[in-house]
Amino acid sequence: MPKLYVTRRDGSERAVEADANHSVMEIIRDNGFDELLALCSGSRSCGTCHVFVDPQFVDCLPPMSEEENELLHSSDHRRPNSRLACQIPFSDALDGLRVTIALED
Amino acid sequence: MEWPDMIERYDIVIVGAGHGGTQAAIVLRQRRFAGSIALIGDEVEVPYERPPLSKEYLAGEKPLGHILIRPESFWGERAITLLLGRRVIAVEPEAHYVALSDRTAIGYRTLIWATGGRPRRLSCAGHELKGVHVVRTRADVDTILEELDGASHVVVIGGGYIGLEVAAVLNKFGKSVVVIEAQPRVLSRVAGEPLSRFYEAEHRARGVDLRTSAVVECIEERRGRVCGVRLADGAVLPADVVIVGVGIVPEAAPLLAAGAAGGNGADVDPFCRTSLADIYAIGDCAAHESRYAHGARIRLESVQNAHDQATVVAHGLTGHAEVYDAIPWFWSNQYDLRLQTIGLFIGHDDIVLRGRLETRSFSIVYRHQGRVIALDCVNATKDYVQGRSLLRSSRSIGREALADTSVPLKALA
Repeated sequence: MPKLYVTRRDGSERAVEADANHSVMEIIRDNGFDELLALCSGSRSCGTCHVFVDPQFVDCLPPMSEEENELLHSSDHRRPNSRLACQIPFSDALDGLRVTIALED
Repeated sequence: MEWPDMIERYDIVIVGAGHGGTQAAIVLRQRRFAGSIALIGDEVEVPYERPPLSKEYLAGEKPLGHILIRPESFWGERAITLLLGRRVIAVEPEAHYVALSDRTAIGYRTLIWATGGRPRRLSCAGHELKGVHVVRTRADVDTILEELDGASHVVVIGGGYIGLEVAAVLNKFGKSVVVIEAQPRVLSRVAGEPLSRFYEAEHRARGVDLRTSAVVECIEERRGRVCGVRLADGAVLPADVVIVGVGIVPEAAPLLAAGAAGGNGADVDPFCRTSLADIYAIGDCAAHESRYAHGARIRLESVQNAHDQATVVAHGLTGHAEVYDAIPWFWSNQYDLRLQTIGLFIGHDDIVLRGRLETRSFSIVYRHQGRVIALDCVNATKDYVQGRSLLRSSRSIGREALADTSVPLKALA
């Protein structure tokens, strides 16, 4: 199964098996990383599943919607490689994707 | 009541396995709380998210596996004991235990009451007929989905967010949908008139028969099942399925019976403590004084409120006392309309429209004595994000500036 590498806020990294039918947010949540809030059930309404994506993969991801861009703007920790994890559907092409959970706002 | 045989005892007992209860348990463990935790829920399912029930889950876009708050294994791994399918019927605050409907009892050192609310039912004739449903649990929605298969006419009673979200999904399913609202406009309890009129027009443009100032007389029956809804004006609407979304009643009766202060839910202080020792209340059932409502004691029915109050309690129980002061926010998705609300419109004395309704991207700004107290942003995430800073400001902001979409809201804070 393809792998997703998740770095927690404390800097530790763990690889998890990633199911292509789920979003990166759902994979992080379902693998017991409890620091990702993801309050709006992945409906692009809250901005609480902010992650930094390995720059190598940024171009492989679906383009960012205006709403996602605005919600990320609300974070004090935004970087060029910021995304909302709920807006990244995992796929086999993303095998090996590395993401870091952003600090909480 | 009789003293039961004490069978289990936990350091922290959380009653209610919704957003508030689960978040309290999760944060307690995140903060290295080492005592025992039990989470009691009256549904048999592993805790799941409720907002999708009237949206993606009803629409078949997200199955249950995608809306679990955490996977089933998570709870055991965190030593959080799930006691599911069990219901608390009484609280004994002196003896520190709760009594359950299965005649067992569970002792606590600290009790967190997070039971939310139950759907308000109609009281008219026929309200208990087969085919009349509410939308609060996964089981409710599964039953609705089963019955929708052969149904063509659906009547939704109540033009609040739940009713309108359900109407939007069923309209997409190709059902003939009627929405009945007793007030002169939809969303009257939660938003200003311009937003109500906008949503009424959007639903009607898609073929929903939306009727305001319409009072239900009774539910009509054929062979033991709903067949129609009769209105006070004599009209009879054919109905294969009726969905009732007329608000919730907070589930605080056992706490109030035990002597907790309250009435409309359980009253709590800024730390979410009830008037009973070692008992907290959070979420839909917790009546708290809010500075976002000019100090009035209110209940909020939202994920944000449940989640943030849970966090306050979990922090307090792990040596980091803080008061609940989070800005309320909310969302509702209907058709391609994404509503995001920040603040509370309670007590507004002025409404400013920012943008044009026809563009289907605008914000409604609520002011009180010149200060911005809330925004309803439709397809306008930028205003939602930037409006937050206006709420924190004590400055008065003019109508013209707020209405000028060429000036970002953050420039006004």
